[in-house]
Order: sequence, then C-alpha cells, then structure tokens
Amino acid sequence: MTITVQIPTALRRLTAGNARVTCSAANLGELFTALDQQFPDLKSHLRDESGEIRRFLNVYVNEEDIRFLGGKTYAFQDGDEVLLVPSIAGGRE
Amino acid sequence: MTYELRCRECGKSWGNQPRSICDDCFSPLEVFYDYDAVRSSFTRERIAQGPASMWRYSALLPLPQDYRPTVPAGFTPLLEAPRLAQKLGAQRLYLKNDAVCQPSLSFKDRVVAVALSQARNFGFETVSCSSTGNLANSVAAQAARNGFKAVIFIPADLEPAKILGTQVFGAKLVRISGSYDQVNRLCSQIADERHWGFVNVNLRPYYAEGSKTVGFEIAEQLGWRLPDNVVCPMAGGSLIIKIKKAFEELIHLGLVEAKPVKYFGAQATGCSPISTAVKAGNVDIEPQKPTTIARSLAIGNPADGHYAIKVITESGGWSEDVSDPELVECIQLLAESEGVFTETAGGVTVGAARKLYDQGRISPDETTVLCITGNGLKTTDALAGKYELEAPIAPKFAEFEKYMERTLDVPAKDLPEPVGA
Repeated sequence: MTITVQIPTALRRLTAGNARVTCSAANLGELFTALDQQFPDLKSHLRDESGEIRRFLNVYVNEEDIRFLGGKTYAFQDGDEVLLVPSIAGGRE
Repeated sequence: MTYELRCRECGKSWGNQPRSICDDCFSPLEVFYDYDAVRSSFTRERIAQGPASMWRYSALLPLPQDYRPTVPAGFTPLLEAPRLAQKLGAQRLYLKNDAVCQPSLSFKDRVVAVALSQARNFGFETVSCSSTGNLANSVAAQAARNGFKAVIFIPADLEPAKILGTQVFGAKLVRISGSYDQVNRLCSQIADERHWGFVNVNLRPYYAEGSKTVGFEIAEQLGWRLPDNVVCPMAGGSLIIKIKKAFEELIHLGLVEAKPVKYFGAQATGCSPISTAVKAGNVDIEPQKPTTIARSLAIGNPADGHYAIKVITESGGWSEDVSDPELVECIQLLAESEGVFTETAGGVTVGAARKLYDQGRISPDETTVLCITGNGLKTTDALAGKYELEAPIAPKFAEFEKYMERTLDVPAKDLPEPVGA
C-alpha cells in the first residue's frame, strides 16, 4: 500500500526538510519500519526505548485517530494520508 | 528571568519561546522557576499587598518583565456551602466560584491572561485557540482588550451563548464540522504553518501556569492552609495538575504547612476517558468519542490525561463521572441551595462530589473544595423544559390572591373593607 505521511515541523530536520513522505506499508508497524529505513534519525522520536509508539505522539489516518480504527491492527488502504501530531500537554508529574 | 521552559521528560532547557514540545523527545514543556530568586517576593505579606486579582501571585507566574496586567482576572470568591453540604451529607464544604471570573465568566480567564502577556512579548499580532466554548469567549474578550486580532476555532455545534459570546468581541470565529478533538488536531497543524499565538498550542506551557492561581487562592482564602480534598472538573486534565503544582509551590516556599491533599476528578459519563482509566487502574487514557451535553468537558483525547491520572491516583483520590440528567439536576441543586448558577461542567463537579461522599471516598468532616469553573448563563439550553412559564396575571391585588390560592393553595385574602371618610 502506498501511503503519504505528513511530518510535523518539529521533525522535518530529521526528514531532510521534507513535509510529506510517501511510504509503502500495510500497517503501523511496517510504516515505522519504512520510516526508520528512510530516515534513521527519526526512530527515537517516534518510539520509546521498548519500541512502543511515544505517549505524546498521536497518529491520524485521513483525519481519524488511528486508535479508533484499530490502532496497530489497522490495515492501511492505498492512498491513506497519515498525520503525525504531537499531543500538546502541559502538565507535570 | 526567574523562569524558563524545560522538557518534562529529558530536562532539556528551551529558554523562553512560543513552543510546547521538546524537539528532541517530543515530550511536553513545562515552566520551571528559580524558586530561590522568587522566595523573597512570594510571601504572605507581599501577596496581601497585591491587587485583588490573580496578579497578586505574579511572582510565580511566567510573565514578561514589568508586565502590566490589563484584566482583573481571578481572586474569585471561596464560598462556604452549608446548605449544599447538608444535601450531600458533608460538613466542611467550599465552592471556588469561577462562574464570576473576570472578564468572561470562566476559569479560562486566568490562563488566557498569562498566555496573552507572552503573546505580546513574542510579537504575535494574531492570537488563536481551539475551544469548547469558554476558552473561545476568554481569548476573544482579552484579545479585544489588548488589541490583538483573534481567530477562534470551535466545533460547529457549540451552545449559542458561547458562540455569540465570542463573536461579540469581534473575533473571527471558525466553526469546524467535527468534535473538539478534531478541531484541536487541526489547530496543531495550523500552528505549525502560521505565525499565530495559539494560547493552547504554542503558548500552552505559559497558559497552563495561569491555572495555578486557583490553587493559590484556595489556600490563601482558607487562611493559608491547604484543604483535605479538591474536586475538579476535567476536560484536557490540566487544571487538577496545576492546582497540585500550586499547593506544592506554597509548601516549598513556606507559605502553608505541608499536608496530604487528595485530588478528585469529575467527568461526564458521555466523555470520561480519565475517569474510566482511573477506575480501571490504567496509567494512560483510551480516547473516546464524546456524547454529553457537558460540552466544555467534551474532550475525548485529553492531552494531560496521563498526568491527571497520576495526580489523582498517587494522592489517594478518585475520579467519578455523572450522566447528563444527573448533571442537570446538580446545576439546579447548586443553584437552589447556594445561589450559584453554574454551567454543565459545574453540574458534573457537584454530581461527582455527591457520589464521592456517598461512596465514603470523601469524609464529611474533611475540608473539601469544589471547583466551579463556569457560568450557567452560557449553557441555559441544558435546562430547556425544566421550568414552565406561567400565564401572566393582571396587576391587581385580587388577581394575585386568586393566583396564590390556585398555585400554592394559600387561602386568598380580601382587601380590607373601606372605611367611610
């Protein structure tokens, strides 16, 4: 499946300035692997030490939160637009 | 400067700039203070000499140097609530009444006041926000007061009073066909591309600090002591965290004695991601699609949810949620028992408090403060059909007496017989 990923400004320095990137991936895990291969510096920003998606990173597919679509089990459709959006929290523990 | 932004997770310093995320680890930024530099100017005596507004706590707010406030936000009444207490089975119950906060009648006036001080400092001409209503009103009002252009993003179907209460200040109101969470996500994208001061996106670390003044005021108004319990409505989850930060700062700087405070959250059942997580013992929220008339709390993916859960559970508190009929009943209960007319979020808070007393999670003899964060005149549609308008009566004494007999079963009185002159 060919999908397009929108990269937020904060991460574009890690994608050679690219704001939109196309990938071939069947699901979220494959998408991250594809991004890792294209942009090795991006990995630690998207996933934590245990390989899980970072707590403050929200992933949207065609404007819908991927958690409503099945999260990691969601099967990408050809032409899906993926958005990576940081969650704007302001708290402290 | 006595404060700066630092990453909560990796600790990297970001100085002072319009930014809410650490580029290194993607985690939220937080305002950190040099408490030793602030210590001498943040004393009970100095605060008592300050204005009757949130600006009496300026030393622990992230304001530009020599900032001159333009709105008298905060320092709202802390009311004893004996009649409500009786109905809830409580004894020492207080209401922190931000239904009368200046200038737009919700606690959001506090956070916006701080955010706009920095918006000016950072050179923004346009300020903006995503909002469930109260924030829209506050940004619009304070933008007018400070000469900013305002562009406000809201879910299209907000309460009419909150829409009008934004437009009246001359703000550009952009209605989005979608939920607040969708509006918020869109604003993150827009903030990425436009040089606007989004109070709850790129100005968020500063903005969120304004909520601390609720905590400072509760402590000062209780005679410089902390309550045993705070019950707080939760939308994004920021207020409850910042009340805790305020209490900790007061302890750290010696203004109050240290004591354990329990934090209790209140949500509407139709949008209860934080409450659901607390009850299930989870540390993260599962996002929800809101279905509640408590529009100001209808955030299904609360940004501070994770931290709010931690604050609540680590304090030994709890979180409850109430149905739409319950919250409406509780708006009426609060109004009838204490003369405070709150919006739907306040009904949620009172309803949650009632459950917490019923469950024995809050003891009647403990000092408990309910945070009432918004004004009932903005959500009158929630009370539609609750009261009937009676037919008018003629302006005649006899008519009124007939009315008394008819409606209250009080025997009618006749006018005294005339005496001849």
